[in-house]
Amino acid sequence: MDFLNALVAFLNFVFVPGLAYGAQLALGALGVTLIYGILRFSNFAHGDTMAFGTMVTIFVTWFFQSIGLTAGFLPTALLALPFGILATAVMVLATDKVIYQFYRRQKATPTILVIVSMGVMFVMNGLVRLFIGVDDQNFADGGRFLISAGEFKAATGLAEGLSIKGSQAVTVATAALTVALLFWFLQKTRTGKSMRAFADNEDLALLSGINPDRVVQVTWIIAATLATIAGVLYGLDKSFRPFTYFQLLLPIFAAAIVGGLGSPLGAIAGGFIIAFSEVMLTYAWKKVATYVLPDSMAPDSLLQLMGTDYKFAVSFAILILVLLFLPTGLFKGKSY
Amino acid sequence: MSKNLKLFLGVALLFVATGFLMSWNQALFVLNFAMVSAIMALGVNIQWGYAGLFNTGVMGFAALGGLSVALVATPPVREAWSVGGGGILGGLLIGLATIALAVTLWKRMAKGRKRSLTMLVVLVGGFILFRWVFDPAVTAVEAINPSITGNLGGFGLPVLLAWPLGGLLAAGAAWAIGKTALGLRSDYLAIATLGIAEIIIAVMKNEDWLARGVKMMNMAQRPWPVPYEVNLQRNETFLSLANSMGFDPVTGSSIFVKLVYLVMILIVLALVIWLSERALNSPWGRMMRAIRDNEDAARAMGKDVTRRHLQVFILGSAVIGIAGAILTSMDGILNPGTYQPLRFTFLIWVMVIVGGSGNNWGAVLGAMLIGWLWLMVEALGPQVMSLVTAGLSEGPLKAHLVDSAQHMRLLTLGVILLLVLRFSPKGLLPEK
Repeated sequence: MDFLNALVAFLNFVFVPGLAYGAQLALGALGVTLIYGILRFSNFAHGDTMAFGTMVTIFVTWFFQSIGLTAGFLPTALLALPFGILATAVMVLATDKVIYQFYRRQKATPTILVIVSMGVMFVMNGLVRLFIGVDDQNFADGGRFLISAGEFKAATGLAEGLSIKGSQAVTVATAALTVALLFWFLQKTRTGKSMRAFADNEDLALLSGINPDRVVQVTWIIAATLATIAGVLYGLDKSFRPFTYFQLLLPIFAAAIVGGLGSPLGAIAGGFIIAFSEVMLTYAWKKVATYVLPDSMAPDSLLQLMGTDYKFAVSFAILILVLLFLPTGLFKGKSY
Repeated sequence: MSKNLKLFLGVALLFVATGFLMSWNQALFVLNFAMVSAIMALGVNIQWGYAGLFNTGVMGFAALGGLSVALVATPPVREAWSVGGGGILGGLLIGLATIALAVTLWKRMAKGRKRSLTMLVVLVGGFILFRWVFDPAVTAVEAINPSITGNLGGFGLPVLLAWPLGGLLAAGAAWAIGKTALGLRSDYLAIATLGIAEIIIAVMKNEDWLARGVKMMNMAQRPWPVPYEVNLQRNETFLSLANSMGFDPVTGSSIFVKLVYLVMILIVLALVIWLSERALNSPWGRMMRAIRDNEDAARAMGKDVTRRHLQVFILGSAVIGIAGAILTSMDGILNPGTYQPLRFTFLIWVMVIVGGSGNNWGAVLGAMLIGWLWLMVEALGPQVMSLVTAGLSEGPLKAHLVDSAQHMRLLTLGVILLLVLRFSPKGLLPEK
């Protein structure tokens, strides 16, 4: 019986990675949910918007690295992030102007808009592959570890080490800051309030003199910002590969639907629910169990509920359960 | 000459030009690809054009069709069956029984803590039992000669049987997914099918006992009556024919095999078109269109909308499954790694929309045009790009540009899709 070591093993292998991944998913799901709430369609191009923003950030990062500009302990990508956000915002605003605006004026059905977003996805995906290729790109630098396993063991004398990667710490801190800013913006500023009013009741908002074009533009800018930040954090933490970003669409949508499409708070909760379920169901619990259980009951098998290759099945199963039993999500989105 | 005929002739000209300028072998290869895609496009058209259902899981249903070829055609691995066959089947049965029991209990028992607890016990207990029976069997099966088999093998039946069976397999998956996601918002079906497709591919990649996963399955078996090139080249009649007509027997045999496949694909295609045209012009088809155009009104008229949606979703998926089986039996290899959503799901969608949603002939035309573009842009892209960049000096930029030409087709297809949606949303051949 060794609860302390078990706890450290749990924190190291489940909690910390889950927290970082959850933060990345939450930021992605926030973008999806905002577009859904205000533009009223599921944006299939969101994964590729993330990839686009990350790509620009990577290019700027490489440029900074080549001229010797770094951020010390922090990854250089954080310095390049504003440029990525700017480029992505310009890109999505142009997309809206050239493509989506026409369908909005026509009052096209949500399904048509989804198909249109599929076309946008194709184009963005093609652009990303054209510029940066399909391979893995590594652009993380700065401090590797906030706490390394060896230091932790030496300091505490425990058998298990706790390591927190620099990218994980940066992810959680950046995500917390971003979410705080977003909520302040939505709750306190005039534009934020008009966005919420528009999401609640379009007609009433229009009657009270809210400029719909402005609301739509601000929404796209916020969505581009969130997508770029989420993409860069994910790329720093894991690695950047265009196809992975397309595949992130499923957990991100699952997170947004679990929370309730259109509800920002729900998107954050959903992101963490999906991330922790994924990590917990695919983690081999043998190590933790060996510490907690008496020796005689020590497990032989890995105690892994499903292989890591099935992590998509986890988001999918949660998605199906929510669709069956709670179609409006945890936070009563407007999804039904 | 009607406009439709002109369009078809125009697209046919593309293939003829490919034959003359490149090679007939290449042209036939592209045509076969386009025709199988046309069957898939018909499946999507049944769902989208007739009923307005947005299915983004085409890849998954096509992969199930491919899986059925491996399961039907390859010979069984007797040793694997004797060590683990029972365990694997038993485990799967336990899994199914657990889910069935949980669903029944959920429906029968009164709401409350008692029901939640019973459900938890049934599900957790069922899962443990499943793993306890299933895991050792899988380990045993995968240990047998892993470099050649390591799977249970199939039934050793004729490949042709796999075509309808692939349809059935896809229909089964469609039933399960439709039962949960239909009747909700339309985008939910899109997201759910996107997910199920990824999971089907994940299962096929990782469950080595099923069809060797990423180690791939080579299948020498061919559907009756397709001959083997090697046999043709030894066949007296064929050789004398080649002599008298003056073509090279090696290229000739390859073309002949492709022609036989083409005829078989065309028979299936014609059958699917005939059946779906009949269905479209029957009272059932009129009801489907009524539901698509105004769901509330159809419901008010007493139509069971969700049930009809489920029906049409299953039918369309079955057609996609058949096409998937044809494709895999033609390739002679099952490699789950080749199933890419852009190639199998979204490409088919572009075909349907460009051709004309709701029009079966439009789906065929779209498949021919877009299928040709998809393969030819891949083949011609690097050449065109090296022409364009001829003025540039040799260097990393030029190498990168030539290298990335293969990605141009995604961009091209995306732009085509957006242009069609914007300026000609009804497609090349609009619904009548």
